[in-house]
Amino acid sequence: MPEWSSKLQKVDDFRWRIPKDYKSGMRVPGLIYASEGMLQQIIADQAPEQVANVAFLPGIVRYSLAMPDIHWGYGFAIGGVAAMRVSDGVVSPGGVGFDINCGVRIMRTNLTRDEVKPKIKELIDALFLAVPSGVGSKGRIKLHPGEINEVLRKGSRWAVEKGYGRPEDIDTTEENGEMKDVSPDYVSARAKERGTPQVGTLGSGNHFLEVGVIDEIYEKDIAKTMGIDDIGQIVLYVHCGSRGLGHQVADDYIKEMMRAMQKYGIQVPDRQLACAPVNSPEGKHYLSAMRGAANYAWANRQCIMHWVREAFCRVMGVGEKEAGLELIYDVTHNIAKIEEHEIDDRKESLCVHRKGATRAFPPGHADVPAKYRSMGQPILIPGDMGRMSYILAGTEQAMRETFGSTCHGAGRMQSRSAMKKRLSGRDVLHDLESRGIAVRAGSMSGLAEEAPQAYKDVEMVVDVAHGAGISRKVARTRPIAVVKG
Amino acid sequence: MHVMKKYELIEHTADIGLKARGVTLAEAFANAALGMFSLVAELKNVCEKESRHVEVKADDIEGLLFEWLNSLLYYFDVDMLLFRRFDIMDFEDTRLAATCYGEQYDSTRHSLRMGVKSATYHQLEVNKEMNTVRVIFDV
Repeated sequence: MPEWSSKLQKVDDFRWRIPKDYKSGMRVPGLIYASEGMLQQIIADQAPEQVANVAFLPGIVRYSLAMPDIHWGYGFAIGGVAAMRVSDGVVSPGGVGFDINCGVRIMRTNLTRDEVKPKIKELIDALFLAVPSGVGSKGRIKLHPGEINEVLRKGSRWAVEKGYGRPEDIDTTEENGEMKDVSPDYVSARAKERGTPQVGTLGSGNHFLEVGVIDEIYEKDIAKTMGIDDIGQIVLYVHCGSRGLGHQVADDYIKEMMRAMQKYGIQVPDRQLACAPVNSPEGKHYLSAMRGAANYAWANRQCIMHWVREAFCRVMGVGEKEAGLELIYDVTHNIAKIEEHEIDDRKESLCVHRKGATRAFPPGHADVPAKYRSMGQPILIPGDMGRMSYILAGTEQAMRETFGSTCHGAGRMQSRSAMKKRLSGRDVLHDLESRGIAVRAGSMSGLAEEAPQAYKDVEMVVDVAHGAGISRKVARTRPIAVVKG
Repeated sequence: MHVMKKYELIEHTADIGLKARGVTLAEAFANAALGMFSLVAELKNVCEKESRHVEVKADDIEGLLFEWLNSLLYYFDVDMLLFRRFDIMDFEDTRLAATCYGEQYDSTRHSLRMGVKSATYHQLEVNKEMNTVRVIFDV
């Protein structure tokens, strides 16, 4: 540990450099976004070692990056960003993670805290019933044989065509909820079997539904564009991923990459970093399957959001139009994408891995929905159960420094069993209720594992991202009800 | 008599893992599976009502452990099967065949604990001398 303190070079108040000579084999230096106060935790967690390991991967450009919510992962740290040249670089399933396109979306409403609060118990019960959640949850949707291929190809569009949501939801979803170049044949039969019964399920772990209230607005004009008008306004979050389908795709291709590394003579310091050239058959097949899994996750969130809308309108006794339930945005935080970035004054095609990191594209970027193009891409940073969440916007600085990326959440700080030793699910429930947060959870032990104390304070994380200029604060929300998977 | 612990849990910030041991390496593999299912659910009320024959292949012994555990997670996802006993019959470096016993999850009698997404290769270790294995899960 003392070793790290001397190795990390302070660049400025928000940036720490891991020099390239820290470990022989690093192709680029590492760069960690953090405040001085957060460093000790990051070092104790051995996350910098993982940042250094990622710097070994062929074709990596500029830096192996770590966002301020960095914590120990497997292979890549959570909060890791790495971009590899498409021409001679690699793609690594470990740089995406097992929950492909785990992500979050937020809807605005026309209702206020004062209107919703009296019905909050009823609302949370209705949400809990409407959205299947918990370990091994099965969905309300029965797919026809072969229909899973449609889900993989069309993502959100499949859901909307089936009647889950509205066409305009697609406009405010990253990638329009439908990544192109998907061949379902590259997704194994096992993955499809696991995914088929789980479309429209929340899952477990840190996945949740949340009723939040706008608590602070930092940028009035940008907030207004998003449909955030006032403090006290109610918003609704959905956080989940690609379920067993995504996990199986990751498993299948990590195995494939193990073989590919021998074939292409690639060596990595940790087998979980297994990879193959982006342009190799193995790399291409993985990217195709991963995009399919990403589309599955978007379809999943789209269906869930539809049920959240229905339940909300029913309990509140308002029509959908009157309720103003519009999707502000949907972001993914576990993904690899081929993007154009400027490297040494010329455009380069890169495979950008974001594992527990969010895209943060600047104003004017063609991939930002027309509605938001003048202000930059909306970014959603959910905190933990008891604390704030943030809505940010992408910046030019992020484009220059982090391949248009920023943090994704609070970042874990305490292990699950450490939390369970300290607290019971009931303790957490009472604590949250005493702070005016209604909770429904699939399991009490799951609740203890996800206690707010397990996480870094999201405010510190966001302040670093804002301070470093890789995103800007737009608004803050506070939870009043949470459904935990 | 000294009773050997079949497995113990390993702590990591965002994830959880285990170290399992056995008199033979095959037994260590079986105990790793037992440890994994004890993370997924409380196993004391799980009966041996159903069984599945599971065969897995891999390029090496580490890959075999990865494949073995993830294959069992597949049965949980698809058939909601909770296994509590694993008879490993054939065991080589690159393949194993086992019969796994347990029953389908029943919400009235069983309590689930956490969703295990996958075994990972991170710090995965198979020690043939000590008959121990180590694996970290993504949960």
